[in-house]
Amino acid sequence: MTPRRATSRSLLTIDDLGADGIVRILDLADHMAEVNRRPNPKVPALRGKTVCSVFFEDSTRTRLSFETAAKRLSADTMTFAVSQSSLNKGESLRDTIETIAAMGVDAFVVRHRSSGAPQLIDQWTQASVINAGDGWHAHPTQALLDAFTVRSALGRTGGLDGLRMAMVGDVKHSRVARSTIAAMRLLGVHVTVVAPRTLLPPDAGDSFADVVTDRLDEVIGDVDVLYLLRMQQERMNEALVPSLREYTSRFGLTAARAAALPSQALIMHPGPMNRGVEIAVDPGELPGSVITQQVTNGIAVRMAVLFDLLGSGRAAPDVDTGLDIITEGGSQ
Amino acid sequence: MAADNPAASAKQVLGPDDVRRAVTRMAHEIIERNRGVHGVVIIGIAHGGVWLADSLGAEIERIVATGDEPTAPVLVGSVDASLYRDDIGLRPVTPGAVSDLPGDIDGATVVLVDDVLYTGRTVRAALDAVSDYGRPRAVQLAVLVDRGHRELPIRPDFVGKNLPTSADERVTASADGVVIS
Repeated sequence: MTPRRATSRSLLTIDDLGADGIVRILDLADHMAEVNRRPNPKVPALRGKTVCSVFFEDSTRTRLSFETAAKRLSADTMTFAVSQSSLNKGESLRDTIETIAAMGVDAFVVRHRSSGAPQLIDQWTQASVINAGDGWHAHPTQALLDAFTVRSALGRTGGLDGLRMAMVGDVKHSRVARSTIAAMRLLGVHVTVVAPRTLLPPDAGDSFADVVTDRLDEVIGDVDVLYLLRMQQERMNEALVPSLREYTSRFGLTAARAAALPSQALIMHPGPMNRGVEIAVDPGELPGSVITQQVTNGIAVRMAVLFDLLGSGRAAPDVDTGLDIITEGGSQ
Repeated sequence: MAADNPAASAKQVLGPDDVRRAVTRMAHEIIERNRGVHGVVIIGIAHGGVWLADSLGAEIERIVATGDEPTAPVLVGSVDASLYRDDIGLRPVTPGAVSDLPGDIDGATVVLVDDVLYTGRTVRAALDAVSDYGRPRAVQLAVLVDRGHRELPIRPDFVGKNLPTSADERVTASADGVVIS
C-alpha cells in the first residue's frame, strides 16, 4: 500500500497520483467498465455520499460524465449553476463553497477558467475536490480516461511502456495536453509534441515532452497513438497561426496523413472536434479512431476516481494500512 | 501471542492432499444435491474463492465425465463483491479480478464459492452482486473452511472443513493447504 500523500483526499493534478496511483485508478476503472456493460449499470458503492458539480465554465461532456458516474455509484448529485447563483449578488467564491459544504457535500467537482481555483477550494473545505479542468493548467480525469482508452484498446494491463504518442496542436493553451502528456509519460509512453512554435508553452523543453517538433509528417509513420488537440478559433484572432487552412495543411489529419499512419495506430481527440480543421477526414471511417470510446470510458474512469476518493477507505482516518483485510480470504 | 510472531505460531491444519480430498468430496456433494450439473453455475468470490471455484469446476467435470449420463460443460465464473460491501469507506478496498459471469444466470442454480467463511459479510455482498446479474433459481454456498464467528444469518451448504478459531487468528487457504497464524 503506497503512503497517502497530503493531498490524496482530492484529485487536483496527475502528479497527485503518480504512476502507481494512475495504475490503481485504471485497474479500478476496469471494474467500473464491467458495471457499465451490465443491463442495469448501477452499484450501491457510494450510497449516502453527495457529489456536487460546480462549473464556472461551460461544459457538456465532462459535467454529464461526472454526474452519470456519481449516479451509477448510487451517490446523490447536486449541480451548482453559476448563472443562477448568489455569485451574481456578489457572494465570494469562498463563501459560496463554504455554504454548499455546510449542506453536507462529500466531493466537489470543479471546473474554473482560472488555473489554481480547485487548489484554493481544496483549502477551504474538508470535502474531496476533483479538478474537472482549470484554465490552461490541468484536467486530470481527461488524462486518466485517455490512458484507460489506450490501455483497453491495446488490451494491456499495468502501464504503457514502450508506446509512442504524438500530441498535435495547440499545446500551449491546453490543460488536456498538459495532463495527458504527464500521465502518459508517467506510464512509460514516449511523447512527441507536434505544434507550431507559437502554440508551444515557453517552457517546452525536455521536462515537458520527449521530443518537440513542428513537422508532423516526419513522425506520423512511427506512432502508436496520434492525439489531436482542438484548434480554437480564438487563436486566429491572436495571430498565432496564419489561417485555419494553413494549420490543417501542416498539422491536421488529412486523408494523406491518415494513409501514412501505421495501420494499428490509435487516433484520439478530447472533443469537441473541429471537423475540417484538426481532423479533415471523417473519424468514423478511420479504423484506429477511439474518439467515441474516450467518451464512454470517461464514465468508468470518473467512477473509479470518485470511488477511490470517497469509498476506498484510503482517505479514512486511522486506517491500519498494514492490514489489507479485503484481499485476504482468511480474514473475512 | 499469535500476532507478535506469526511465523513461529503458524500452524498448518490442512495439507495439499487434504485440500484435494476436500475439493473432491465437495464436488460429489454438489452433484448429488443438484442431481447432476444441469443448470448449475459455479461462481468464485474474488479474490479467495476464484481458484477454489476453478478447482471445483474441474473436479465436477471430471466426475461427471466418468459417469453414464451425457455430460455438459460445467459453467464457472467469478464475481467481485467489493462495490457491494457494507464497510465501504471504513477500510481499504482492493477489488479483485473483474467480475466474469458465464452467461445468463436467470433460473440457474448458483453455487457461490469462497475459500474461508468468517463473518459472512463478503457472502452477503456477493449475494447482492449476483442478484444484479439476474434471478437465480437458488443460490448455494461452498467454502473450503468455515471458521465460525458469523455476524449475519448465513450458512454454508458445502464445507471442506469446520475449523474452530479465535477472532484474533488469521486463516489463509490455498491449493497448498490451510494455515492458521
